[in-house]
Amino acid sequence: MGLSTVAPLWGAPGLLLTIALHLALYLRPAQAWAPVHRDYCVLGAGPAGLQMAYFLQRAGRDYMVFERAPVPGSFFTRYPRHRKLISINKRYTGKTNAEFNLRHDWNSLLSHDPRLLFRHYSDAYYPDANDMVRYLSDFAERLGLHVLYNTTIAHVTVNKDRGAWNGHYFILTDHRGQAYQCSVLLVATGLSVPNQVDFPGSEYVDGYESVSVDPKDFEGQNVLILGRGNSAFETAENIFSVTNFIHMLSRSRVRLSWATHYVGDLRAINNGLLDTYQLKSLDGLLESDLTDLAIVKDHKGKFHITLKLFMEEFFNQSSDAIPLPQDNNDNFAMRVAYDRVIRCLGWKFDFSIFSKSLRLSSGSELSEKYPLVRASYESKGSRGLFILGTASHSVDYRKSAGGFIHGFRYTVRAVHRLLEQRHHGVAWPSTEHPITHLASAIIRRINEASGLYQMFSVLADVVLLKENATTFEYLEEFPMQMLAQLETITGKRARHGLFVINMEYGRNYSGPDKDVFFSDRSVGHMEDAWLSNFLHPVIYYYRHLPTEQEVRFRPAGWPLPRPSALHHVVEDFLTDWTAPVGHILPLRRFLENCLDTDLRSFYAESCFLFALTHQKLPPFCQQGYLRTQGLVGTESLRQHGVESGLLWDSATMGQNQGASDQRPGDHGPGGHPLAPGPPVSPFNSNKEEL
Amino acid sequence: MMPSSFSVFRAGISFVMMCIFYTSAVDSPELSPQTFFSTLQPGKATLVYFCQAESPRTSMFLEELNEAAKPLQDYGISVAKVNCVTEETSRYCGSEKDLIKAYLFRGNIPLREFPTDTLFDVDAILAHVLFALLFNEVKYITTLGDLQNIENALKGKRNIAFSYVRAIGTPEHRAVMEAAFVYGTTYQFVLTTEIAVLESIGPEDIEYPHLYFFYCKQVLDLTQPCRRILMKQSLTTLNIHRFIKTMEAPLLTEVAGDPTQVSTVHLQLGLPLVFIVGQQATYEADRTTAEWVAWRLLGKAGVLLLLRDSLEVDIPHDTNVIIRRAEEDTQVEFLALSHIDLIVFHLESTMNVEEMVKYEDMAELNIEIQDDEVEETVYRDRKRQLPLELTLELTEETFHATVTASDSIVLFYAGWQAVSMAFLQSYIDVAIKLKGTSTMLLARVNCADWSHVCTEQNVTEFPVVKMYKEGQNPVSYTGMLGTEDLLKFIQLNRISCPVNITSVQEAEEYLNGELYKDLISYSSMSVLGLFSPTMTRAKEEFTEAGSYLKGYVTTGIYSEEDVLRLSSKYTVTLPALLLARHKEGKIESIPLVNVHVHDIVQIITNASLETFPEITVENLPTYLRLQKPLLILFSDGGIDLQHEKTILRLAKKKYLDSVTPCWLNLKKTPVGRGVLQAYFGTLPPLPLLVVVNLHSGGHVFAFPSDQAVTKQNLLLWLKKLEAGLESPIKVLPAQEWKPPLPAYDFLSMMDAAASEHLARKVPECIKETDMHESDKEQPDDKSAITEESIGTSKMKHSSRSSWLEEIKKPLRHDNQEL
Repeated sequence: MGLSTVAPLWGAPGLLLTIALHLALYLRPAQAWAPVHRDYCVLGAGPAGLQMAYFLQRAGRDYMVFERAPVPGSFFTRYPRHRKLISINKRYTGKTNAEFNLRHDWNSLLSHDPRLLFRHYSDAYYPDANDMVRYLSDFAERLGLHVLYNTTIAHVTVNKDRGAWNGHYFILTDHRGQAYQCSVLLVATGLSVPNQVDFPGSEYVDGYESVSVDPKDFEGQNVLILGRGNSAFETAENIFSVTNFIHMLSRSRVRLSWATHYVGDLRAINNGLLDTYQLKSLDGLLESDLTDLAIVKDHKGKFHITLKLFMEEFFNQSSDAIPLPQDNNDNFAMRVAYDRVIRCLGWKFDFSIFSKSLRLSSGSELSEKYPLVRASYESKGSRGLFILGTASHSVDYRKSAGGFIHGFRYTVRAVHRLLEQRHHGVAWPSTEHPITHLASAIIRRINEASGLYQMFSVLADVVLLKENATTFEYLEEFPMQMLAQLETITGKRARHGLFVINMEYGRNYSGPDKDVFFSDRSVGHMEDAWLSNFLHPVIYYYRHLPTEQEVRFRPAGWPLPRPSALHHVVEDFLTDWTAPVGHILPLRRFLENCLDTDLRSFYAESCFLFALTHQKLPPFCQQGYLRTQGLVGTESLRQHGVESGLLWDSATMGQNQGASDQRPGDHGPGGHPLAPGPPVSPFNSNKEEL
Repeated sequence: MMPSSFSVFRAGISFVMMCIFYTSAVDSPELSPQTFFSTLQPGKATLVYFCQAESPRTSMFLEELNEAAKPLQDYGISVAKVNCVTEETSRYCGSEKDLIKAYLFRGNIPLREFPTDTLFDVDAILAHVLFALLFNEVKYITTLGDLQNIENALKGKRNIAFSYVRAIGTPEHRAVMEAAFVYGTTYQFVLTTEIAVLESIGPEDIEYPHLYFFYCKQVLDLTQPCRRILMKQSLTTLNIHRFIKTMEAPLLTEVAGDPTQVSTVHLQLGLPLVFIVGQQATYEADRTTAEWVAWRLLGKAGVLLLLRDSLEVDIPHDTNVIIRRAEEDTQVEFLALSHIDLIVFHLESTMNVEEMVKYEDMAELNIEIQDDEVEETVYRDRKRQLPLELTLELTEETFHATVTASDSIVLFYAGWQAVSMAFLQSYIDVAIKLKGTSTMLLARVNCADWSHVCTEQNVTEFPVVKMYKEGQNPVSYTGMLGTEDLLKFIQLNRISCPVNITSVQEAEEYLNGELYKDLISYSSMSVLGLFSPTMTRAKEEFTEAGSYLKGYVTTGIYSEEDVLRLSSKYTVTLPALLLARHKEGKIESIPLVNVHVHDIVQIITNASLETFPEITVENLPTYLRLQKPLLILFSDGGIDLQHEKTILRLAKKKYLDSVTPCWLNLKKTPVGRGVLQAYFGTLPPLPLLVVVNLHSGGHVFAFPSDQAVTKQNLLLWLKKLEAGLESPIKVLPAQEWKPPLPAYDFLSMMDAAASEHLARKVPECIKETDMHESDKEQPDDKSAITEESIGTSKMKHSSRSSWLEEIKKPLRHDNQEL
């Protein structure tokens, strides 16, 4: 405090500044003389803050979480006002795979403790907010996370220091004047400031945060609700059965989440009023920019809607003299008088505690309620400052789930992995396998990975090929917009080509005005996989790591730059991509053609034959059979192999060779296995060059 | 035979051409009814049009009729116009003034009456007239039953040309009728406009007209269906002619001449020729293959069988397919293809732009057909019930309790992963064999269900087998994924490794196999390490090596005070290894000097190799590691003792150190036949000695079959080989294993769709040649229309939502946008 207020008064810089600093320090309470140092400081003990604390704790890092309330997740103690969470608590999926089940669990945080799954905290599909509060305090307590409650950080600034990890320390000052010096600052304060629109008469408006939730208070009233988000509809849902009518007003058209595939848009659970509006009840929806509006209170205490510019002309006059739209236009839609006007316009990030030196700015017009961050969630203004949780949603606003628990629990993990590499030399976790396991590794992940599924088109798995493409490394859930910086972020080398495994909806499927139930919406044939509409895996192959330029100037509508080759796994009604011919076979062909090799699996007997009749062996035989790990198979499988024509019928071979019913199978003309064929224009060949 | 039939066809075409020239000046004569009837010639067909008066309606029709007159002339049909106004009325003139009618006469007999609105253009006129004339040659059907009746009636008699057209009177209908005019006496033409009939025949895209050729003539067994060949090209007269010509051509031609000189009807029709290169020795098989290819390529290319032996010109050694294209300036291609589908692929991918295979045809390449033997066999076996209950299924809850409570073997697999599911069957077989006898618990974890257990156990690929023993780290099984080897691993793990021997007496029992009698069948060699009690370091190294070999070799350790009794008995200095080979009843001793774990493992592994092993699928990799050429004695059944003796004697004298001598029992390892066939093309008389140099050059040499396998002969032969004096009978192919088939190229599909989208936006850019294309895109066009209608409805809504804008206008000062 001392610095910023005292220094301008004294005017002269230099020497005087030191005095100011001295004074400021001198005036502090005794215990705050030396700032406390932490490597990692987390602001806010909400879901994102706790999630980060969990990862830091598991990695054994020096960290502290600061929380102004006496409990974690204090937002949920008050919001949502009507207490019903709209995040799904799906307790049954028919599957036991815990990773898969997280695809349908929108409330749990990530941990190793199966008791800390939200389904143990509520039976309700749309759980009560109090259960979330209970869950979060259990999470913090049971895992022994370091949280400093009742500590309000009032000011955050930055202090240059060459020795610091990022060239500066973040200095946090709490309400008691205690200072904390942090190497890395992780801001998980959520969106805490209610959005307000300033217009004449806004003082007459009830805010969502304080409006009554008792329907009795609205009986027989005309109600106008400003806003069109879930909080607006949640409020309407609560009272629309007792009001005369409800009008809802907002700038843009209503966006239904089932049409946009964005969970932040209006959820079906709240849309009762849409139903009555379209079924010619008295309720209704209107679109207009709120900033053009004005509200006039008449002598009976009723509210009238007029325009701001009318008010400007008559701003000194009594309310009854102000012209109303209906004076000119007698069928003006909102000509009735309202008993109540309620504002439900959502929240925005609290920028106030951050000093200008942090250069924390708000996002573009579309996402101005969020601070601006890179795709790695690091602030563009200060290195070492990361935004986590709901406040980090500018990265995927209106696209994916990064603003919600079921999304940001994964992005928090990604940030933690980045930090582990940057400051502790712990490379991004990965597993290494022989190339013959590539298709299986991908199939496993696209069938169970919850991070890919929830954070579709934001986090993607990356396969890094090793030299000669005989082995590969598998990295999970990398922020795909940072692909160009992959080597520095992960500490891995990507010199021999890579695959990116992403989940995507169809290109033109999502949107507020899209008919998502059109009759040909589902694609069944694998050849049409690229036309799939529902969420499905898409695999990009790059011969070289894309550059930052290529990522930035990628084609419109593409999540990544144009790859050397692309594969869509056809959408599946059950999201079960394990069909041998429908899903796995086309994927193998894609991988084979990218890598220009044969990735089929063979029984030991076939490998034996190849070993004695070819100078080179297919990778499966090289990596399995030749290392005495061949697949022997059983007699019944052999029999099927002979019937299918894929395996040698040794019994008849040589005796009646070339029998007319012998299906010309895999082994070509002449009754003996031929050499592997010439390249079939693999994606690798240069003529495919873009 | 071929060339002659072609020239007939050509003559036919030129005849038509001449007619066109000849009749180009002809205009349909206008006659009065009376004069008309007198001009009708018996047997000659005439299309007559009676008109009352010229009207705008009739003039359109007359223009079309005039135009149709020339092509109708080609088919011997004349056209006449009768004016009903000028003369007395005929009954054909009708009563109403502007009603116009056309009649088809044969001689003076009216065959059919056409309402003129059916004769809307030249195509319709020709189609209808020919249809009426060829009533017998072209059967019109409406149900599948009709088609089957015709098919059954013609089996063994005639072939059928069956076509579906969208409607009567369309251009494709005309094309079919024109073909029927030429071929109607040779083949039975069948026509339908019922899409249901087509649907029941084939899965092809049913929106377009189709023509099938049914091979019924050679079907003698009435229960057999006729083979059907679909014509891929669009239905035009020329395409149908060409197609039928290729159907008439023999399926497969055998040629002996130079492939660059051979010509068949295909080449003259602009279709490529595909030569399948075979040899006399494998004639039957080659012919079968060629026939199969011929069926696949019927209508697309001519297929010929070329026997290499009968050929005078030189063709490259590894060539098995030769492609010669009809275009004059193209080279003859010599190819070595591994798969029949590749022939089709190669042919179509390099065809000219008009014939360019669109991606729809990719399915034809069979890229959607499983070519992975493991995937396919597991899939085919999916319905078999395995006795899974013989192994314990572990879950997240039970895993830890189980593996800590008892010694367990756990198979980690994934239900969707074929290799691990194939191995699961072997695993169950192990369980069946061990049922009730083993103290080891056999368990399994399906990682598709219990992902976290697998990740926690560091299992990230499938299948993995791990052994959990109390107080020890889990051990991964690294042997062959089969019943025998896994069983051996489990059995040998019953004893500790190395096992601690406590007396000289026990050591002797251990060495002669008495101690672990039941294990001898799993490990033919027992290793005993001899150490004096003070050699702690060497003992540690040996113990580690023993535990490394655990489950593969039996090892024991003896280091009592009286160890010298053993070392002196086997005349070896301590520390030492004793190797007991139970089969041969021999005990070998090897002194250990300054050796580390790795060296000990190496010594034992090498010692476990036999001098003259029977090579099997399971043990080949072990012998391949020696990186030496294989000297294989192929034997149909047990080995000839004389041969065995000879080779063993040579090996003992170190004459065979440059090779790995081994023998192969075709009865036990039947796939050896495949190997022989690859070397010799056919199965040679056995026994047979072969040297295969896999590691350098891939040369295969055969010991001369006219020589006896004696010491001298063999040595001489091997010396000649070393000196490079023998020529190989076969050079093994050295190609890399490339993708067996192409993948869907989704990028190109997206690009094509994007450019189509662009083209639609700029309709004036559509070229004439694209017109046909744009026909196909009706569904897309429809969606464009709905999009537009959505757009207009959006507009309507917006008039309501912009209420504010409306009322603001009168008072607004600035034009700030909403």
